[in-house]
Amino acid sequence: MTGPATEPTAEPATAPLLRVEGVWKNYHGHHVLRGVDLEVAPHEVVCLIGASGSGKSTLLRCLNLLETVDDGAVWLDGREITDPAADPDEVRKRIGMVFQSYNLFPHMTVLDNITLAPVRVHRRSRREAVARARALLERFGLADKADAYPDRLSGGQQQRVAIVRAMACEPSVLLLDEVTSALDPELVTEVMGVIRELKQAGMTMVMATHEMGFARDIADTVCFLENGVLLERGPAEQIFTEPREPRTRAFLQRVLESGRL
Amino acid sequence: MTSLHKRPSGEWVKSERQLDRERRRRRQGVRSGSVAAASTILFVVLVALAVTSSPGWPRVRETFFDWERFSAAFPDVLGGFWLNIQIFLVAEVVILVLGLLVALARGLRSPLFFPLRMLATAYTDVFRGIPTILLVYLVGFGLPALELQGVPSSPAVLGGLALVLSYGAYVAEVFRSGIESIHPSQRAAARSLGLSQAQALRFVILPQAVRRVVPPLLNDFASLQKDTALVAVLGPLEALRQAQIHQAETFNYTPYLAAAVLFIALTVPMARFTDHLAARAERRRAPGGAP
Repeated sequence: MTGPATEPTAEPATAPLLRVEGVWKNYHGHHVLRGVDLEVAPHEVVCLIGASGSGKSTLLRCLNLLETVDDGAVWLDGREITDPAADPDEVRKRIGMVFQSYNLFPHMTVLDNITLAPVRVHRRSRREAVARARALLERFGLADKADAYPDRLSGGQQQRVAIVRAMACEPSVLLLDEVTSALDPELVTEVMGVIRELKQAGMTMVMATHEMGFARDIADTVCFLENGVLLERGPAEQIFTEPREPRTRAFLQRVLESGRL
Repeated sequence: MTSLHKRPSGEWVKSERQLDRERRRRRQGVRSGSVAAASTILFVVLVALAVTSSPGWPRVRETFFDWERFSAAFPDVLGGFWLNIQIFLVAEVVILVLGLLVALARGLRSPLFFPLRMLATAYTDVFRGIPTILLVYLVGFGLPALELQGVPSSPAVLGGLALVLSYGAYVAEVFRSGIESIHPSQRAAARSLGLSQAQALRFVILPQAVRRVVPPLLNDFASLQKDTALVAVLGPLEALRQAQIHQAETFNYTPYLAAAVLFIALTVPMARFTDHLAARAERRRAPGGAP
């Protein structure tokens, strides 16, 4: 699990939707990711856990090419997206991302935030994009917010809009980067509810999170990262009840003591 | 004493404490107002006394504040001022376009556009460094001297061109700082949705940047309005030139005062408008509004 990649071009028999092999990332000489391997099957929900600075967010940013990997490779649907010849815009059309600080566009209404990419990137007609956006807003309890500007919404509402904005592009994979970390505790549950519904609808998701209870509840697979290394990977129940790695156990113990599990 | 008026309906009746507080605030307000008025009057009187009691005052009053000369020169100066306004209006539009293009050129990352980026950087460096009046001379007299086909000969156009070159460099920097002030996470969000570099700039970055730089841009334009007078050195009959002509006839400087009054009449409303926009932007930034 933790060693560097040995056979970077071989394709496994069962086709994962997303495959990460031996990914390294450095910032100013500091190794943030050290040879991370990961596979995500269609409809799988993978949660990345670990202390702040363990590399969870960087891994997600590498997956949709907001960061260039310094070594290793990432495949989406069997095509290498870290190939220098691959078009990042084409890749991002298929990978949605939601950020910790929502990053809604403050000069646009909720509806315009959601329809921007479908109209400009996916070349949908404005009418169709608006209809789909309204349907999504309806589904997530935000129908009355369509014409509001983001700064008039609560944090939880803004984050739900950000998820809707990513979903409006019908991505194959949704990356969620600590999407509840900036929220007041009473707003966390409404965002979790949206993610839970997406899982039920079969959405493939990779999620960095500090909410261990939520990870345990929603994840098919949990990955524990420490210092840029993916130390342990397994079914949620196993990771939380009988982790193999002593350091996973130590991390969960610390979380438990701080009352977050 | 301080009685709390709580009624079952929840209707608010101001308490004695609050009423007393408001009475005291009103009294304080009246007192501040009278202090401000008294100190202003005192200040104006002192300045007026200092100026009028100076030994040269009678002579200054005669050469700068001659009402007859003022009304004689005013129609011509006003006529000339119309040319200033025309130069300003045309130059303003060209400057906005030029400034935005230069700012965008400086942000280009593709190696293909390296020469363009260099050119834009060199342009802002050079033209921000040259004093505007020097530029007016250089363009106004140097460009026609080349005897090239199609070079305009009108001094107003040449002067306007010099202003465009000078202010274009400033405005480009204003636009660039506006673009750079937008948080990188906005670009990341746009790119993560699949928008190209250019689309992210056009739909996400620029609309926010432009809104942010409106007050500094208006500030530059207030400055441009008065700098249209620099074109006078090339000889077109604008406000300052007309004032010069009247002054030369009589050796009385009052016509300059007429020109000054006209420029102030244009720039002061612009300055107030800029303040208004800046204050509004400030209110919007603070949620819940300013006190």
